[in-house]
Amino acid sequence: MYVLRLAATRFAAFCEAAYGVVEAVMHGLEPLARRVGYDRLERPMAAVESVTKGLIFDCRMCGQCILSDTGMTCPMNCPKKMRNGPCGGVRQDGGCELAPTMRCVWMEAWTGSRRMRNKAGIAKPQPPLDNRRWGRSAWIGHLRERRGE
Amino acid sequence: MTAEISPLSGEGSRFARLLRSGKFVVTAELAPPDSADPEDTYRRAVLLADVVDAINATDASGANCHMSSMGVCALLTREGYETILQISCRDRNRIAIQGDVLGAAAMGVGNVLCLTGDGVKIGDHPDAKPVFDLDSVSLLEAVRKMRDEGRFLSGRVIAAPPRMFLGAAENPFAPPLDFRPMRLAKKIAAGAQFVQTQYCFDVPRLVEFMDAVRQLGLHQRCFILIGVGPLASARSARWIRSNVPGVHIPDHVIKRLEGSADERREGRRICIEIIQQVREIPGIAGIHVMAYRQEGWVAEIVREAGLCASPT
Ligand code: SF4
Repeated sequence: MYVLRLAATRFAAFCEAAYGVVEAVMHGLEPLARRVGYDRLERPMAAVESVTKGLIFDCRMCGQCILSDTGMTCPMNCPKKMRNGPCGGVRQDGGCELAPTMRCVWMEAWTGSRRMRNKAGIAKPQPPLDNRRWGRSAWIGHLRERRGE
Repeated sequence: MTAEISPLSGEGSRFARLLRSGKFVVTAELAPPDSADPEDTYRRAVLLADVVDAINATDASGANCHMSSMGVCALLTREGYETILQISCRDRNRIAIQGDVLGAAAMGVGNVLCLTGDGVKIGDHPDAKPVFDLDSVSLLEAVRKMRDEGRFLSGRVIAAPPRMFLGAAENPFAPPLDFRPMRLAKKIAAGAQFVQTQYCFDVPRLVEFMDAVRQLGLHQRCFILIGVGPLASARSARWIRSNVPGVHIPDHVIKRLEGSADERREGRRICIEIIQQVREIPGIAGIHVMAYRQEGWVAEIVREAGLCASPT
């Protein structure tokens, strides 16, 4: 939801902390998740993420969440799918080049990132998306990555 | 000014050598023709030949269809011009782009400008599918990986890696203004060795940007070329301001055009003055002239601004 997304930027520091808690819990539950099996958890987790992150961050379910590097603003709302910062077309009033009534997501991302502890994340070059991961759970993906799968 | 650039990179590029020699360089944009006749490309290039150090061939800029940047670069390289291939992420995915980079390098193109590209909505094919598989930063990283590691993004080995001199664009005049220097740093971290900016019509804003750039030491890690160009009239300036994404033209520039007897001439004067002011700002390596449909004026502007290309 657009309104909540803007709010998430305003309260980026809070969202960052809350997100950190969720992440810690996920890591804590990792052994359990492994016992149940990542594959079996994939769908229910994706459903949970789609609803919660969708509501709060307007999450587009790219499956490779970088919210904590982008001021708690989902960059996949950018019509050009920019994951590395604003394009050159941002309007003087901060509106998006392609959707003038929406503020450029990177205006939000930049403001949000200044409020967060992780200020350096936004300067980190992000790799290209793995397009196979659309619609899948980013959290499970993250756990798998940590286990080197 | 000498930027620290890995010795391997851009070894095939005359443009890179000129920059490293410390010359204040001039590049210009060539608008590819809507034509399959090579003569149409040559005719435009000849207008630039004597005054520029390298020619950028745009890649369907403004999302309007024209001859490809690759086609123009191939034609011009054969004729001995130094060219800069522009690649935008709008129309091609990573498979097509990496293939193009190999093809361009094989034809002798030594420079590539990595862009995200304008959205399809503003062009002549608004019904097209926007690709945006990569963005400018991940594109830079991809080409750098091909060159320095000799591998595709997939990890597969490339027999003879492309020796490309890598460029990026930046817009110091678009919000969020305080993010822009950091964004340039990000592009440099991803592999950019030169940068060509969006049109500059607001010198004070450029001065602020360059202050931040020098503070971060970016001018020592990357050659910075400032985009300039003549405005044809107050009317066209207004049109550009509201229709061309990312071009910022302050009111006083438009007023000055309106108040003059010969708007076209005044537009060129403004451009020349901006070039002269830009030259005074420390950390700038050259200018990039974008004279859309006014290629004929580039030579005069460059000469009147007191710049002349080295004989190539
Ligand atoms: S203006 Fe911002 S949101 Fe719009 S396309 Fe550019 S980067 Fe994306």
